[in-house]
Amino acid sequence: MTRLVELASTIRSKNAGVDHITFDILFRDRANFERVRESGALTRDAIACLYRIPESRITDFVVFEPANAIKFTIRRTSSNGAFGDADLFGAQQYPPLFDIEIV
Amino acid sequence: MLLAARRLDVPMIVGSASDTGTDAAVDRFIGLIRGIAKRHSLPPFKLTAIYSELSVEAVRKYLAGGRVLEGLDGRDRATDEDLAATDRIVAVMGAEPIAAALADGAQVVICGRASDPSIFAAPLLNAGHTPANAFFAGKALECASFCAEPFMGKETVLGVISDAGVDVSAMNSKQRCTPTSVAAHTMYERVNPFREYVPGGYVDLTACQYEQIDPITTRVTGQRFVRDDVYRTKLEGSGKVAERRLFIAGIRDPYIINLIDQVIDLAKERLRKRFGPIGEGYDVHYHLYGRNAVMGDLDPSPAQAPHELGVVVDVMCTDAELAEQICHIAAKALFMTRLPEIKGTAGTAAIFLDEVLTAQPVYRWTLNHVMEVDDPHELFRTVAHTIAS
Repeated sequence: MTRLVELASTIRSKNAGVDHITFDILFRDRANFERVRESGALTRDAIACLYRIPESRITDFVVFEPANAIKFTIRRTSSNGAFGDADLFGAQQYPPLFDIEIV
Repeated sequence: MLLAARRLDVPMIVGSASDTGTDAAVDRFIGLIRGIAKRHSLPPFKLTAIYSELSVEAVRKYLAGGRVLEGLDGRDRATDEDLAATDRIVAVMGAEPIAAALADGAQVVICGRASDPSIFAAPLLNAGHTPANAFFAGKALECASFCAEPFMGKETVLGVISDAGVDVSAMNSKQRCTPTSVAAHTMYERVNPFREYVPGGYVDLTACQYEQIDPITTRVTGQRFVRDDVYRTKLEGSGKVAERRLFIAGIRDPYIINLIDQVIDLAKERLRKRFGPIGEGYDVHYHLYGRNAVMGDLDPSPAQAPHELGVVVDVMCTDAELAEQICHIAAKALFMTRLPEIKGTAGTAAIFLDEVLTAQPVYRWTLNHVMEVDDPHELFRTVAHTIAS
């Protein structure tokens, strides 16, 4: 069993507009990218479970081959900077992805 | 930047002055330019300011005329209530007003709110390049070396646009632009990496080919520009919600940390008794650094027993004096918690600054909408100045 953090070169999150946070997982090489893509460990369903959100909040899930990347986007419950928002730029929402296990 | 641009006689374009692009921000930047020009005795040059602020009244009239503002990102159409909650609106300019300023001889352009790729696309369009190449280049270059590897922050990158495509090169000797690094940047801060929306249309990246043509350069071809049938300008609006006060406290006692939810419930109970229901006229949020302040409900594994807990008491209220009082009580309740399990009875929080801090007011995004316009220039005001030291 390998963790996603060992296979990815970049794992990041950031605002995409004021109402969404987008997550990018980039792999240094094609082999790691394909391994994760084929593993079935990174899916809408898996992301919804991990973050304990309804799947409807995941607005996009994209496998982006030119960048050896997988990205997904979640809708914020209120726009960035609203009272109570602790991450204005959505920049620290990715760490739970590290421990996803890849067969 | 200004000194180099004037020495080389190339135009300098600043997009989204001060990030927000308000009129005041544009004027502040003009003041900075004047000051630098004077300090360095620069020969006279032409500065063009492009303002992008819209009055709430103008937008209200637009709606009253029976027209609509469609929402972006799943928002509903804008309502009169949205406008009533709005203090400031900026329209996001495309390449057109910037290109016109440059064609008119501007040597420095200070823009109000502008889409990032547009400030790069404007001179390229003037030079006769296709919108596909101009806007793709803008997207690739907008964050400097974010399109290069390894990641180093914002180093210089060079874009060369020709009929062969868009060539992007890293200028820092430790970096390279590779097919994957350039492709990866196209998805940065975007929901969808296949469409880069700009005012007037989008760049379709579905068929892009990324090719390494030398050790530091990647050539991109296959981008296509799809023009909207109706020109839409994005409006960004914000409105003041309330005054804000903060208090910072730290907790070390493991019993208190363990009972923190109960401690906060008790604190909130005191607030309700004194100020009425939370959420009606005021609100309070306890940021628990050390547990799950950063991710909140999205955190799958909040720390159960952190060694220390940092608490930021965040209070908003429309009335400034009341905000101060509420924050004071919300914070002092942490210091004077009385629960049977807690042995420390002389103070239940560490306070390094016994003072309610005044923060800037709370604002929220009220508009993230698009307005249909007949002319890409119509929401923007261009003013030319001669800057003479």
